[in-house]
Parts: sequence; structure tokens; C-alpha cells
Amino acid sequence: MTEMLSAGSSLLAADDSNAIKDAINALCAPHWFFILSCASITVFMVGYRRFTKPGFALFAVVGFTVFYALSALDSDFRSIIAKPDNVPITMMIYLVGFFVWLSFRQAAINDQNTEMGRPLSEAGSDDKVLVWPDLVYIELIALVLCMVFLTVWSVVLRAPLEQPANPSVIPNPSKAPWYFLGLQEMLVYFDPWIAGVLLPGLVIVGLIAVPFIDKNPRGNGYYTLRERPFAIGVFMFGFVILWVVLIVFGTFLRGPNWNFFGPYEFWDPHRPAALLNINLAEIFWVQWLGRGIPMEGWGPLPTFMVREAPGIVLLSFYFFVVPAILRYTIFRKLGAQMGFVRYALMSQLFLWMVFVPIKMVLRWTLNFKYFVAITEYFLNF
Amino acid sequence: MNLFDRFGDWVRGGQVWGSVFRHGVPRDRRTRAMAILSNVFLHLHPIAIRKSGIRLSFTWCMGGLTFFLFLVEVVTGVLLMFYYRPTVEYAYFDIQGLRAHVTLGLLREMHRWGAHAMIISIWLHMLRVFLTGSYKPPREFNWGVGVILLVLTLLLSFTGYLLPWDQLAMWAITVGSNMARATPLLGHEGPLASLITVGDVPLVHAGDDARFGLLAGTFVGPNALLRFYVLHCVFLPVVVTVLIAVHFWRIRKDGGVSGPL
Repeated sequence: MTEMLSAGSSLLAADDSNAIKDAINALCAPHWFFILSCASITVFMVGYRRFTKPGFALFAVVGFTVFYALSALDSDFRSIIAKPDNVPITMMIYLVGFFVWLSFRQAAINDQNTEMGRPLSEAGSDDKVLVWPDLVYIELIALVLCMVFLTVWSVVLRAPLEQPANPSVIPNPSKAPWYFLGLQEMLVYFDPWIAGVLLPGLVIVGLIAVPFIDKNPRGNGYYTLRERPFAIGVFMFGFVILWVVLIVFGTFLRGPNWNFFGPYEFWDPHRPAALLNINLAEIFWVQWLGRGIPMEGWGPLPTFMVREAPGIVLLSFYFFVVPAILRYTIFRKLGAQMGFVRYALMSQLFLWMVFVPIKMVLRWTLNFKYFVAITEYFLNF
Repeated sequence: MNLFDRFGDWVRGGQVWGSVFRHGVPRDRRTRAMAILSNVFLHLHPIAIRKSGIRLSFTWCMGGLTFFLFLVEVVTGVLLMFYYRPTVEYAYFDIQGLRAHVTLGLLREMHRWGAHAMIISIWLHMLRVFLTGSYKPPREFNWGVGVILLVLTLLLSFTGYLLPWDQLAMWAITVGSNMARATPLLGHEGPLASLITVGDVPLVHAGDDARFGLLAGTFVGPNALLRFYVLHCVFLPVVVTVLIAVHFWRIRKDGGVSGPL
């Protein structure tokens, strides 16, 4: 064990590249990193009763800490995590991991209890205690510990202060505050009005709409997964993958010119930019039909309607026909429970959420740009 | 009875103590209930609470910590306002001076790290509320208030990010606010905005669109600094305070910390 550790540390500490670092860098290529994240959270949720056992959790946290600590020996990785404003991201990774474990652990115990006809661990609603002293003291201790933690953090780590603001010196990369890096990542795949206005708007509206969409009466006030797998699955995908993992993306893997870099790669500002991205219209008219992109309208249809016809048909199918198909297949029970309006809202929000990773993966694998590109009116999807 | 206890009884028996705390030492059920009821801060709580509702593994205390961090931000923020002038000439050097000349100059560190911690704790609070299904009836409305509070917390942090007026601040805000010019109809690079015209004159242009409204200019300059300062120190905290009051009130009215029905 010690030998393995020292061998691992010497490999990661060496600043020149080697097989292990290259392998990790390759695994952090966007499509692999994304697919592996999705796969691991799926496996975790499917096998939550086994994977939340304290032994597994301890193994995971020790393994991750060793990996993180050894990675910190690499100067490129260290330069990222040592930035003062990136310290909260390390904290976020640990805290989100811990609390996801804690909640699924309690869900596993509750679900097992329910199956065996035993009461929930939150049961016993008649069993009341007085707020003074039971709750007031918990609150007091929590805020004292929080204050101690914050004070120590403030003494140990100075808040960053770079050069004075200068409109003529543009840093490369220019990054938004870390909590918005997921949205900044969206700018790569979508036009600014979708990435910066529509998608955050849908997140806010979607979150507020959750209690009105989710008509499942079970699982109110206690941890469970078995009784509401769809709601929790969607939320975990949205929060852990599309929010937290994309923040990790933006922090660790996005370098100059917003290019992808492995965690142990030097942020070379002169690395060549990405290949030219292509639209669906080009793939359809040029590559498949072997003719030019239509430059004229057809009857009353303006040019862009003809040119973008394949994308318009495809997206209309995705947003209007797919919900109907899902309604009578996968979502049969859910749809019947919800009624038309709720189902329509839920399916649109759900399909938008799935649209995001579809476009991301298509970009990484096929250099795909837009399904529909009506550049005349800045309407690109 | 030793001297210490006798002194304590003397203080608690006097008129001054009795004018502040209108109940005896909280040692029995009645006085403990009075301790909560007769205190303006503590009466946000119910008198009694379900035992599982206060278990740390159930609530993680994340909502409470978010509120506490908000209070830390208010106190440190007010103190920072003594040392900081929101103008391009002074802002950066006031922050530098804060580091160099102010005794126990931890204010800015506490304010910044407290803000980051508050963002993480509010996310975790939302995670807990979702995973325990606590948004379900009768708590739908309060979940919505919570979502708005989450957005406002991010906006508070975002507006504060500009105030040190260094490169980090300026370009992070530039990246963030650039999206506003792509707002549909209201941003000059947004979809459909080009259709809003009077005759040949476009109504939505760089000098009057959504981004201009946010920055009070076409770039992140002195006006943006002042605007973000006012939003950060006055407008957003007031809105957040009101919504926190609603949020807490509704927790009580909706039946307290959630539990199995």
C-alpha cells in the first residue's frame, strides 16, 4: 500500500507527462468526463442500498482525497486549486458528496424499513420536545461552530485582489464567478439569449413549478428513493450533473480561449482553436443530398424556412411529438396522474433539460453547431 | 447555596432583569414555553417541535446556517461600508487600504468567504428540502419563496463581486452582464429585437437595451460600479430580508419542519 502510494505520488509529482497523467487527462476529455459522471451517479442511485454503506463511503472519500492530494503535487493542477476563489469549489465537492451520501443513506434505511413493515426513522410525530432548550442550543452550537470555521478560513486565506480594473487588458480566460460557470459553459453550445436568459429562466420557473407538477403524494417529509425515483432522479441529474459537474468543468478543465485542458495540462494560450462547427442544414443538404444549401424561398416560404426545414422538422418532432409518444409509453402512469396541463409543462421542461446534454455531446463528438440556424433574426437552436 | 447562585438569584429577582425577561428561569415547562413566546427573536420558533424535526441528520441545519451567514454578511458589510467609496478613483485603493491599514483587517475575508459559504449552504438546503419531499403540499408556496431567495443570493454575490474593482471583478461582471444584451426583444443583440422599430429607426440599441439598464452604460464603468453598489448594499438586502420574513413565517404557518404525514 505504502509503495503504491509513493509510486503514485512520484508519478503525479513529476512535472513531465507520463502514462498515468496522460490517461487521466484523456479521461477528462469532455465527453468521457461527462459520460463517466452520468454513469457514476446512475450506478450510485440504482445501487444506493449497497453503495451508501459506511464502508463504501469511507473508501470513496479516502480514495478521492488521496487522488486529490496527489494531484495537488502537479504544478498545473495546484495552480488551479490554490486560487483563493477556487477554494470554495473544493469545499463544494466534498460537501455535496457528503450530503448526497447522507441523504441516500437515510433513504436506503427508510426504504428497507418500509419494505419490512417497520416505521420510518422520522416517524413518531407525537413525540414532541420543547424548543427551549433542545432546539435553541443546537442552533447556538451550530452558529458558534460556523463562526469559528469562518474566522479560521478568513485568517488562513486572504481574499483575492488582482491588478486594478483595466478595460484594455482582457484576461484569458475571462471567467464568470464560479457559481455561474455552468451557465458560462452553456454559452459554448447555445446562443447568449438561450444560455444567459432562456435556460436560467427555465431553471427558475421549473424549480418553482416542481410542487405543482409533482402530484406524487408519497415521500413527504422523509428520506426515500423507492417511493419517488423519477422526481429524485431528475433533480439529481439537474443539480449534480448540470450544475455542480459543469462548475467543476469550468474551473478545472476550461483554459485560455475557453479550450478544454486536462487537469495536468499546461494552459497554453497558443493551442489551436477548435475545428469549424457545422449546422444541420449543411449536413443534410450538402453531405447527405450532395447539393448546395438552398438560397431561395419556395412559394410563400422564405429562404430560411426552406434552408432550415430539416432542423425545424426535427425539433418540432422532438418538442411536440416526443411528449405524445412518451405519454403513452414511459410516462403512461405519470401522465394519467398529472392531467394534460401539468404533463405538457413537465414534458417541455424535461425535454429542454435533456436538450442541453444532447447538444453538448453532439458538439464534442461531431462538431455539431445548430439544429436550426436563422441567423437573420438571431434565432439559432 | 453558594455566593455565585445567590448573586444570580439577586440579579434575576431585580426590576431590571424582570423588565427584559418577563418569565422565571426556564427550568419547567411553563417558563420554557414563556422563554420562546416572550422573545421577539425566538418566537419565530414554535414552543414544541417534533423530535425528528430537530435531528441534525434530517435538516443538516443548512437553512439556519444560511440565515446566520446572511447576518454575518450584513454585519461585516455594514462595517465595510465605513471604509469603502464606490467610485473608480477610490474603490480599489480603499480595498487595498483595508488590507494594509485597518486593525484586524479580516472584514473583507469574512465577507467574501461568508458569501461563498452562503451560496453552498443554500444549495445544500435546497437539496435537503427536495430529497425529503418537503416542497409537497402544504409547502408549495414556501418552496417558491425559497427558489427566489436562492436566485437573490446569487445576485447579491454577483453584484458584490464587482466592488473591489480589480481585474477579477471587472471581467467576471463583463462576462456575466454580456448575456443581458442577448435578451429577447430587450437586448440589442437578442432575437426579434431588430423587429422593434419606428419607421427605419431601431428602438432597441446598445444605448438603451437591457444591458444598458443593468450597467448604466455600454461597458463596465463608473456608473456600473455605483449601480452595483446600491443594488448590493440597499436594494437586494432589503428584498431578501422581507422574503426571509415571509419564508420563516410560512414555515410556522405550514406546520413547521416537515415530517411524515
